[in-house]
Amino acid sequence: MLNLDPEEVAKLPHYPVTRRCPYEIPEVYTRLRTEEPVSKVVMSDGQPVWFLSRYEDVRAVLSDPRFGADRLAEGFPNLALGQREGLSKQPKFMISMDGAEHSAVRRRVISDFSVRRVAELRPTIQKLVDDCVDRILDLPQPVDLVAELALPVPTLLLAELVGANHADHAYFIDLVHRMLWRKTSGEERVQISIGLRKYFDDLIAEKEAHPGDDLISRQIALQREETGEIDREGLNSLAQLLLIAGYESSASMIALGVHTFLTRPDWLAAIRTDPARTSVAVEELLRFYSILDVAAGRVALEDVEIGGETIRAGDGVMASVFAANRDPSAFPDPDRLDLERGARHHVAFGYGPHQCLGQNLSRLELQIVFDTLFARVPTLRLAVDEADLPFKYDALAFGLYELPVTW
Amino acid sequence: MSGAAVRITGDPEVCTGAGQCVLTDPAMFAQDDRGVVELRTHRAEGARVPRAREAVFLCPSGALSIVED
Repeated sequence: MLNLDPEEVAKLPHYPVTRRCPYEIPEVYTRLRTEEPVSKVVMSDGQPVWFLSRYEDVRAVLSDPRFGADRLAEGFPNLALGQREGLSKQPKFMISMDGAEHSAVRRRVISDFSVRRVAELRPTIQKLVDDCVDRILDLPQPVDLVAELALPVPTLLLAELVGANHADHAYFIDLVHRMLWRKTSGEERVQISIGLRKYFDDLIAEKEAHPGDDLISRQIALQREETGEIDREGLNSLAQLLLIAGYESSASMIALGVHTFLTRPDWLAAIRTDPARTSVAVEELLRFYSILDVAAGRVALEDVEIGGETIRAGDGVMASVFAANRDPSAFPDPDRLDLERGARHHVAFGYGPHQCLGQNLSRLELQIVFDTLFARVPTLRLAVDEADLPFKYDALAFGLYELPVTW
Repeated sequence: MSGAAVRITGDPEVCTGAGQCVLTDPAMFAQDDRGVVELRTHRAEGARVPRAREAVFLCPSGALSIVED
């Protein structure tokens, strides 16, 4: 754990940094990257940690096995009060594992997220999105696209992936939403964890008895074949991780993306005349908004020198993917949303062995949503002034609380 | 030197299945049934060389590398 004089800690910038504009990167990020790229910040629990803001350093740390991902390790940056207590009561998540342990768990599930498998999901996603748009077109206007499109699509898709019962979606959404809410108390967070765990225990038991064409059933079959025993705890944390990781992040990118297209007629015209450009737009949106800047914490496992500073074993590190994605050395004129930019090397999905497992699913989901929505509702427009849109400045993942539209 | 031929290596033991190589050039890279990298060619030349380099740069796990001949 990084030990500093209390007077020095008092002078450090606070992390997470609150955004004040949907488009601009907080001034402190740019200042630190320019003046002190390997700097320090203080987390909300008072813990000082290292803060990395250069593209090169962020990529280096996230792919360096000398930095660990165990969220229970002493020194790991704590994002929310109660996080450590909540996690300590759960089976370990894959994102908290390192080295061979992580590799073994991740490799058992990657075939479900391969490029080919994701492409095979296209008709499923298309139907989910079409059904949502059908419902939207029947609703009285204005319609909130966060509630009617951005939240339902990823949850329905994740439920489809793990083979969850659609009737339980409202319960799912409520639990996950409250779990991710920054103001949720530590005690409540623990209760939510217990609720989610129970939900997936029941689902896993159901899949053991009645296997289907879903990820959980395939994992059960694989485990029966490999060891003859079913690791219910491991399956439970895997299901929870997929749900949590794929829910709010996808919803945020859908909402921010739709908003961006609606306020940039040139972008909208471009994807309408050439749908192949939607995938380019998706990469640029992911880079530009970098909604999960908070996700890339690490703890040093040994002393490592970065940019002339020695990070000691046990020190916490926040590798800022937001700052990295706005680094002009990697992205010229980085603060401009540029549809012509090839931004595939962004680190919005992280980097290294923990890079987002669902990234290709997320890409396809976003492409289908944007193409379908603007093709089927060509006169879609914002129902409020842009200045009145409620952006999620106070949440851990950036996004929009509501996106009222009309057509 | 982007035109000179290069040798590509892929380590299935290191691969974590992000699929960024396949998205870069599906003629050079594939994923097997386990989701692990499978090289469709061990050499790249001409216009393929910069794409091979891009795939190596994008690969998050360090499973891919390029050896200059």
